Amino acid sequence: MLNRLVVAAALAAIASSPAAADIKIGFVTTLTTPAAVIGRDMRDAVELALEHIGGRMGPETVEVIYGDDEFNAQKGKQATERLILRDDVDLVAGYIWSNVLLASAPVVLSAGKILISANAGPAPLAGRRCHENFFNISWQNDQTPMALGELLNQEGIRSLYIVAPNYVAGQNMVAGVERVFTGEVVGKDMTVWPSQRDWSAELSKIKAAGPEGVFMFYPGPAGPAFVKQYQQAGLIETIPLFSVYTFDSISLPLFQEAGIEAVLGGKMTQFWAPDMQNEQNRKFVTAFQTKYGRYPSFYAAQSYDSMFFIKSAVEAVGGNVQDVDGMRAALRKAEFPSVRGKFRMGSNHFPVQNFYERTVVVDADGNWTTSAGPVVLEDHQDPYAGQCEMGG
Amino acid sequence: MDYVLLIEQLLNGFQLGIILFLMAAGLTLVFGIMDLVNLAHGSLFMIGAFVGGTLTLVTDSLVLGAVLMVPAMFAIGVLVETIALRTLYRRSHLDQVLATFGLILFFNEATRLIWGPEGLAVPLPDFLEGTVALGAGITYPLYRVVIIVIGLLVALGLYLLVARTRFGMLVRAGASNREMAGALGVNIPVLFSLVFGIGAVLAGLAGLIITPITQAAIGMGEDVLILAFVVIVIGGIGSVRGAFVAALLTGIIDTMGRSFLDVVLLLFLPPNAAESAGPALSSMLIYILMAGILFFRPQGLFPPRGATAAP
Repeated sequence: MLNRLVVAAALAAIASSPAAADIKIGFVTTLTTPAAVIGRDMRDAVELALEHIGGRMGPETVEVIYGDDEFNAQKGKQATERLILRDDVDLVAGYIWSNVLLASAPVVLSAGKILISANAGPAPLAGRRCHENFFNISWQNDQTPMALGELLNQEGIRSLYIVAPNYVAGQNMVAGVERVFTGEVVGKDMTVWPSQRDWSAELSKIKAAGPEGVFMFYPGPAGPAFVKQYQQAGLIETIPLFSVYTFDSISLPLFQEAGIEAVLGGKMTQFWAPDMQNEQNRKFVTAFQTKYGRYPSFYAAQSYDSMFFIKSAVEAVGGNVQDVDGMRAALRKAEFPSVRGKFRMGSNHFPVQNFYERTVVVDADGNWTTSAGPVVLEDHQDPYAGQCEMGG
Repeated sequence: MDYVLLIEQLLNGFQLGIILFLMAAGLTLVFGIMDLVNLAHGSLFMIGAFVGGTLTLVTDSLVLGAVLMVPAMFAIGVLVETIALRTLYRRSHLDQVLATFGLILFFNEATRLIWGPEGLAVPLPDFLEGTVALGAGITYPLYRVVIIVIGLLVALGLYLLVARTRFGMLVRAGASNREMAGALGVNIPVLFSLVFGIGAVLAGLAGLIITPITQAAIGMGEDVLILAFVVIVIGGIGSVRGAFVAALLTGIIDTMGRSFLDVVLLLFLPPNAAESAGPALSSMLIYILMAGILFFRPQGLFPPRGATAAP
């Protein structure tokens, strides 16, 4: 009896589900756990993009279905499977974390669908394991730290201590800096990710090593915690701290709240900043601030871009998203207005783009934000592109 | 080896041990006396951070926030025990694990609804900023020294409470033989509520004092909880003294592993292998320690007197 009731209820649920949009896009990000602040920024940006395109790509209506990776590779893979098998989405985008993307990519690609990373850019997918249906709209993990390595050289730093989390992206970031930095790396700690939030042991080692600079990479809410401890250990005045992906619109309000003024003037490298001057970016940043009352992060910028990127391909095939070959050809051209300005898609489907120096500043309203400076690496392609033999 | 670094790392390990002790003390009492596996103890750690943090921000004083947090956490603890846990004592451990795991989800989601997903940053008051010189060229963050001192004071207070008061006698009696204590007329429901309330206060205190360092985040208690379970298993379930010794041991070994294991591995491994094996091995160290201690002393280092074999 109970079984029959359950079946009947399930059937009723299927029958009554609302008429779906023409195009369904799966978007996997982190919606729970402390890292949900990043996922919220990405979802807000996607929603804003949908608003700006009037919920349509070409003639078709669009619906975005969100999947939560719970900051966990296994859960991310399951969320991806649900999107593909249950929701039958036409393509999948999103992914903050490299390990989540690496676990989930085979699910999407073996289903013959297009996958677009809006953040994670792990080395394997740029090199040996590149795929004709995989695109990245952000950057390859090594690129931003390579730009930072170059920045360190320009700043005349000769000895460096490295602290980063021990997972795919952390290793890529460190590899990127080491690839370009010409000075000596006097120490390196790869910490447990994501649980370690107290770096007392590492900070003591940094103090003992006495380097000219420290490079650290802690995305999400771990970054402010690290900088706070760096300050409490009395290091922030003596050893300059360089980072990537740590000072952004998500963490800077926390720094400002806690009054850690030492981060002002802090330097990093990035492909984008909220104050970049182009029409698309002005429209994006202004609308984002009006709607959500805060600066968009780079995660938001990439997510916003991803929707326009998909739209350009859908329009190229006249709304027939089943035409994967046509979609792919259009995505390779990447002809859409990007918030970062002009760039092109490389042979391995990763962007070839400029990387800028970026500085923490106070804006006209007294809020802490970042500002783009001179180009550090111009038209930069990731070092793995050569290993990619696109075959499918 | 650089002795300044060595001493600093010992202090770091000591400080981690203090936090673990505050967590483990409540956990071991609840497990030992009430025979309740409380996975939600980590949630109390988190709630302490958020409630205490909010009180700190409202009163603009970390000290005042901490003082006000004590009755708040005690009330929350008693409330949770009365509403949710009281029905679980007679159930199997598996039911308790399931129910308290549900509590974790509940508290995490409630925290998100109240405080938002971004967590809470609690600023350190100016008089606790900076470093202190401890002599012989050692400088150490002042706040971490304060944590160690607070932890030692709490440990002392707890020792006096358990060893020198009537309440402590009942607690010890409960840990040794619950049924007998009940048969002799101890009011078990009240004792349980008090024990749980004290456990909640200690966990909350641990959460609050670590927050100016790590910030309050949803789910921050879960990682500490695992370590706290290791601590109480090593120390002997139900023993506060065991929890103290085991917490310091765990904290110091974990920190030493993180600091020096890669250097040690470099002696007989190529740099690349040492670099990747170091973090992996150091995160395993305390579990190896636990396995080793359990092999020789299955009841832990200091099992409560008269306690029967662990259930």
